[in-house]
Amino acid sequence: MNYKPLLGKNALVFGVANKWSIAWAVAKTWHEAGANLIVGYQGERLKKPVEALLSELPPSPPSLAFPCDVSNEQEIKSFFSQAVKHFPKIDLLLHSIAFAPKEALEKNFYETTREDFIKTFEISVYSFIALAREAKALFRDGGSILTLSYYGSEKVILNYKIMGPAKSALESSVRYLAYEFGKDQIRVNALSPGPINTLAARGISGFTKFLKECEAKSPLKRNVEAKEVASVALFLASDESRAITGQTIYVDCGYSILGF
Amino acid sequence: MAEKKSIEERVKNIIVEQLGVNPEQVTPKARFIEDLGADSLDTVELVMAFEEEFNVEVPDEEAEKLQTVGDVIRYIEENLEEES
Repeated sequence: MNYKPLLGKNALVFGVANKWSIAWAVAKTWHEAGANLIVGYQGERLKKPVEALLSELPPSPPSLAFPCDVSNEQEIKSFFSQAVKHFPKIDLLLHSIAFAPKEALEKNFYETTREDFIKTFEISVYSFIALAREAKALFRDGGSILTLSYYGSEKVILNYKIMGPAKSALESSVRYLAYEFGKDQIRVNALSPGPINTLAARGISGFTKFLKECEAKSPLKRNVEAKEVASVALFLASDESRAITGQTIYVDCGYSILGF
Repeated sequence: MAEKKSIEERVKNIIVEQLGVNPEQVTPKARFIEDLGADSLDTVELVMAFEEEFNVEVPDEEAEKLQTVGDVIRYIEENLEEES
């Protein structure tokens, strides 16, 4: 790419698990567009895979990885204290993290336990607020914060269950953060892609069948690819989108316009 | 029979790379979780890697049945679209 809209920008990316991760597609695209990269990975289990992915990137601009288990407040703090040594300021943050306990996705929605509800919202919603808060002071010249949502926030999607309310809360958090961060020219938006074959998505029962149905029904007669989500993430990271904040932007081949 | 062997080899290569095990451990009878030390993430990633390598689709209900290396090889042999 000769066009380097993110040249010299510093980006933090959370939610890379493997090469199929949407977060990885975004990280690659931002890096290719000139951004310096730090990836926060969940724990020891993901250290090697994430470092292997980063080693595939060209050596310049630099890319690094540090652990950041978002369920641990202390680890979030230590991630940022390490990140700040390399990035005295940051410009971009991607949050692509969600979790629901397997049992909560298998039972009926009304049977969701208190514990599973809290865990799901902690990892899928609170982590976004926590990362945005830690990052806030490091956005010296404004910037762009992105998270990943899904249409199950608005409509009932089969087997999405507790993740539906979690994504509603996430999209609402985007609006409140956008409001409070706006005066510092920090923009906050969510991307809402159609279904994509990722590790997390495969945890939803019947996902492979659902992919086929969406492909057949969507106005563009296909499913979205992770790299197409990354294209929109590039736009939202760049100054081209400088007047957009607080939005949930569908990148779903048109699926969400359907009423049948 | 040449093609059959190559499916087996490709399956084995993916398993060795994903799980970091020795090629000798990857026998048709080897079970992913009990014998090869796969965790729940590994099993999903393996399925996705097989799908990508062979351009096949492994629906969730089929993926659950793939417990051993031999199960995977058989599934792919049965579901691989004719390659010319």
